[in-house]
Amino acid sequence: MKSDKLKFFAFCLAVLLAPLPLSGSYLTNVLVFVGVNSILALGLNLLLGFAGQISLGQAAFFGLGAYGSGVLTSVYAFNPWVAMVVVALAVAAFAFAIGFPVLRLKGHYLAMATLGVGVIANIAFNETVDLTGGPSGLSGIPNLAIGSFTFDTDLKNYYLVWGFALVMILLSLNLVNSRFGRGLRAIHDSEVAARVMGVNARLMKVQVFTLSAFISAIAGSLYCHVMTFISPTSFGFNTSVELLTMIVIGGFGSVYGSILGALLLTMLPEILRTFNDYDIIVYGLLLVVMTIYMPGGLVKGVPALFRRLTPKKAKEGANA
Amino acid sequence: MELLNQVSQFVISGLATGAIYALIGLSFAIIFNSTGIINFAQGEFVMLGGVLTILCINALQLPLLAAICAAVAGTTVIGLVFERLAIRPLKNATPLALIIITIGASILIRGLVMLLWGKDTQALPAFSGNDPISVAGATLLPQHLWIFGVTILVIVGCRLFFHHTISGKAMRACSFNPRAANLVGVSVGRMVLFSFVISAAVGSLAGVIIAPLTMTAYDVGVMLGLKGFCAAIMGGMGSGLGTVLGGLILGALESLGAGLISSGYKDAIAFLILLLILFIRPQGLFKKGETDRV
Repeated sequence: MKSDKLKFFAFCLAVLLAPLPLSGSYLTNVLVFVGVNSILALGLNLLLGFAGQISLGQAAFFGLGAYGSGVLTSVYAFNPWVAMVVVALAVAAFAFAIGFPVLRLKGHYLAMATLGVGVIANIAFNETVDLTGGPSGLSGIPNLAIGSFTFDTDLKNYYLVWGFALVMILLSLNLVNSRFGRGLRAIHDSEVAARVMGVNARLMKVQVFTLSAFISAIAGSLYCHVMTFISPTSFGFNTSVELLTMIVIGGFGSVYGSILGALLLTMLPEILRTFNDYDIIVYGLLLVVMTIYMPGGLVKGVPALFRRLTPKKAKEGANA
Repeated sequence: MELLNQVSQFVISGLATGAIYALIGLSFAIIFNSTGIINFAQGEFVMLGGVLTILCINALQLPLLAAICAAVAGTTVIGLVFERLAIRPLKNATPLALIIITIGASILIRGLVMLLWGKDTQALPAFSGNDPISVAGATLLPQHLWIFGVTILVIVGCRLFFHHTISGKAMRACSFNPRAANLVGVSVGRMVLFSFVISAAVGSLAGVIIAPLTMTAYDVGVMLGLKGFCAAIMGGMGSGLGTVLGGLILGALESLGAGLISSGYKDAIAFLILLLILFIRPQGLFKKGETDRV
């Protein structure tokens, strides 16, 4: 437990210092989105990695958060912080309501149902033109501000987004090691066994689904205030798949794995500029190859590979 | 009278699209029944059917029929390679892993087609002209007749294959109980491969016959695949006739909804139906409920 705390502090320190050597280059901007994606990946990983329930509709909650905050602040002149809380609670309530019928489904059916929710939400963003601006997007969303201090530069947004991300990470770490987290993992391994042991599987699945929607909605609110412009393409099926890829690459059921996946997948298109549209091919390839050859993601796969390449050391380690 | 004409027009064009959904649903069910896999890349087989046909006509100057055969054969080979490279090497085949792999494969196929073919939307010429035929106040295109004809042929063909040939019966045996099938000498692995081959062929054929009506591009597979899945779910994943009815009902409802309510929400209608069926009657519209065994 002590090493867990140490790890978290080291991570906080890394987050705090990361933008210093970049000194205002556009990489700071990229890191802001790494932060947003980290929150999203974390939200999905709680559901998928820990409870074993797939969702291909995460982008719907992300989009509802972004559009909720965007519309409330730009059209109805809400205070952004109030809007963020109201929207996150509303999205969570919505997820809780649809959670009961949706999470009764398993495996492929669950995947298709969540995908359906995602597609319907995306169509709604496109079609409610009066409210959302439809395909041409919603602009004029204000930046977040505390008093007269406005989060209007990349560096300020970086600390804003990562502040939220760190809170989410801490929350997830605590959650995973709690009674609730153990229950979720039990459901993942065998729902029947978990229920026999007295875990209220049905309720817990809905609860973690709700939590994951809540987290995604917060990420959506942050995203809309950072971007000040949103359009439906950011909240489509591709986004849901991208989030899934982050977790598959980073590591199923690993908090830091989610962050690693978000970091790699957000940086990848930036580094490989030549790919532009074609980065989606890389995602596809990564999904297939990782699932076949490294099903635990990089977080578990790389140490395992390392052990395999140095068998002698591993044996010594086992004896010690 | 005006409204009645409109409605019959919507129903006819809806039924034609519905027949396509039925074919795609059937191709989903073929794989599902012999492997328990929902292949998320199924829509890409449909897309490949249309795209490869156009490619064969434009690039290789093949006549239509030869181009169609080549496209279906090409897609079948891709289905075969897909099974060999992505499905078979999987050691721990949990539903989660299979979902992710087939999603990955679908993105990969779509991306490669985009890379090689571009993002343009292209149309296949109609098989026998565009002179409309008037039926009961509504107009019917010759292509609609092709769609109905091919769909009926494929469904009858599948029925004959699965019920009256040794290979078909062996595949059904695998779906009931792979271990028992293996014990009586059925090679389950080969049947899984077969199912991917047949499914790719049926899916691509659906893509070929709809291409003249709706145009085709690298990304049409997503929606078509999902709606085919919806048809298969309505039919209870399997029972041949159920899937056909599911597809036809879905097509007609979608077309009526688009025509009478709002065309922008056309796709949402299909997914709403999908969700309702999954929530209320996950065993399909026409099947009795089954008890889950653990």
